[in-house]
Amino acid sequence: MKRGRKEGIAERVFAASTLIAALAMPFVIAAIFYTLWQAAYPAMEKFSVGHFLISTDWDPVRDSFGALPNISGTLVITFLSLVFSLPLSLGIAIFVTEIAPNPLKGIVATAIDLLAAIPSVVYGMWGLFTLSPLMGSYIEPALKSIFAPLPVIGLLFEGTPRGLDILTASVILSIMLIPYAASITRESLLMAPSMVKEAAYSLGATKWEVIKGVALPHAKVGILSGIFLSLGRALGETMAVAFVLGNNHRIPTSLFSAASTITVTLANEFTEADKEIYLSSLFLLALILFVISFFSLIIAKFLLLKERER
Amino acid sequence: MKKMIFPTILCLLFLAHQGLAETINGAGATFPYPLYGAWAFQYHRYSGIKVNYQSIGSGGGIRQIRERTVDFGASDAPLPPDELRKARLLQFPTVIGGVVLAVNLPQEIRLDPSTLVRIYLGEITKWNDQTIKKLNPQIDLPEREIAVIYRADGSGTTAIFTHYLAQISPSWKAKVGEGTAVKFPVGLGAKGNEGVANYIKRTPYAIGYVEFAYAKQNKLNTPFLKNRDGSFVFPSFESLASAALGADFSAKNHYYRFITDASGKESWPITGATFILLAEEKKEINKKVVLFFDWAFKNGDGKAKELTYVPLPEELKQDIRNYWKINGLW
Repeated sequence: MKRGRKEGIAERVFAASTLIAALAMPFVIAAIFYTLWQAAYPAMEKFSVGHFLISTDWDPVRDSFGALPNISGTLVITFLSLVFSLPLSLGIAIFVTEIAPNPLKGIVATAIDLLAAIPSVVYGMWGLFTLSPLMGSYIEPALKSIFAPLPVIGLLFEGTPRGLDILTASVILSIMLIPYAASITRESLLMAPSMVKEAAYSLGATKWEVIKGVALPHAKVGILSGIFLSLGRALGETMAVAFVLGNNHRIPTSLFSAASTITVTLANEFTEADKEIYLSSLFLLALILFVISFFSLIIAKFLLLKERER
Repeated sequence: MKKMIFPTILCLLFLAHQGLAETINGAGATFPYPLYGAWAFQYHRYSGIKVNYQSIGSGGGIRQIRERTVDFGASDAPLPPDELRKARLLQFPTVIGGVVLAVNLPQEIRLDPSTLVRIYLGEITKWNDQTIKKLNPQIDLPEREIAVIYRADGSGTTAIFTHYLAQISPSWKAKVGEGTAVKFPVGLGAKGNEGVANYIKRTPYAIGYVEFAYAKQNKLNTPFLKNRDGSFVFPSFESLASAALGADFSAKNHYYRFITDASGKESWPITGATFILLAEEKKEINKKVVLFFDWAFKNGDGKAKELTYVPLPEELKQDIRNYWKINGLW
């Protein structure tokens, strides 16, 4: 087939422009990394990176900074919010695909998707004005009276419950994360081959046995994707958490501890950081978060790849 | 001829633009933002010049004027003369405000400086502590933990508050120090004056510090505080103004002065001014900025009082005008 000269050029221009667009992304990431590195360098020089990672000091007056309280806050909140949200997401996805009567399916699915549309600042405000007083006045004291006397678990329930602590922040964050894991899990469950399911039913399997034995194994990749999407979201969440976390630069020791995360510290202190070493330490915190997110993404991709191969 | 039309139009537009919207850009402290915004609005009506103020925080304002990315910077914490010299900046105050305490208790209580310091150091943990009881013999204080609240974000309010604590307590100065952001030993951090006011309102047995305007607007319970002269003063416009009177600002050190712990029987102890910073070498821009603040000094007192700021005393305003003249801006 003969192609005119003009068409050949159009093809090549199209290919080239898509190539440029694709290459732009790694370039942007590299540029961001470079900027963070450059700005964080004074802090890396003054406090060696290793020392910065384990120091618990955050003293803007004495120019002594350490990342451990913020890193631990970020990790604890991410972990707790995943623990709270994943069972719920899974349950919601299974309910919507397998158990709900048809009219209810659409309503529940839409409601869950709407959760994702709410801006995180609004979650933060709702948390501060509604959830936090509820937690502080009713839920947390109740939890404390039940669990505090127990031997090991009791340690997690020490301190005066005020509703401004990691527990409240994790609850809000978990509500924000539900739509992500739930949507992806729902899509994956829908893709489970119905022929296999029919075969299982005809062999006498109960609904739950079909879900456990057929639908869930096929949805494993989707569930994992949902987990990692939620993980990425949780690591970077700022506003929803900033209002109810209590902003205390201390390693959290109980569910009722006020704490701080890297993102919240950056949001709070960036504009007022007037000394170079202060600003540089904030950039170093940002760099650490960048690295944490980057590595969790790599691990996620790796696990997904392995799962797909199976 | 055709080739000349486009460049000509371009030039005309450029010249027209220069004459039209003249803008002065400033950035800095959040404390005076409501007032500067109101003044800018009225000034625009009067002169057609727009003053654009971004409240990004005192630290941000200092950074921006250092880099000369704005026409003026605003800060609640004044810069000392040697730092001004290094950055080649000029500085003068515009209005005075106060930092007050607020508590979530049913009764009105009295506090004194050393008790306040010990509460914020975490040494006094319950409301019915002996020291507080002694100051308030008639009041039945609850046996409850004090929920200490501070500012999580860097703030001029914190700078003034911690300066006061460091001034009256060597123990605070050694253990914590002062600044727009410090390492508070105990308590919860809230974002902004609004955040602190909110936390205090919803946390029983809480204590926090806020700018006077916020306490008033949110109708917070503000304790009496013992001042330098030994009297227990209630935060009010009058007690702030009294503190301002005693303040001896001096043009010689570019008005670098914290007016906390002011003398005077009626004076509120935690008072502070807010400052404007100018780039020394930008004479033309500075002249315009100074014209705006001169107008505000002459016409803005009513608005200031309405928004619960304390205008500067007339003698200080004249002194500032002299300062402008000496530095070639007036």
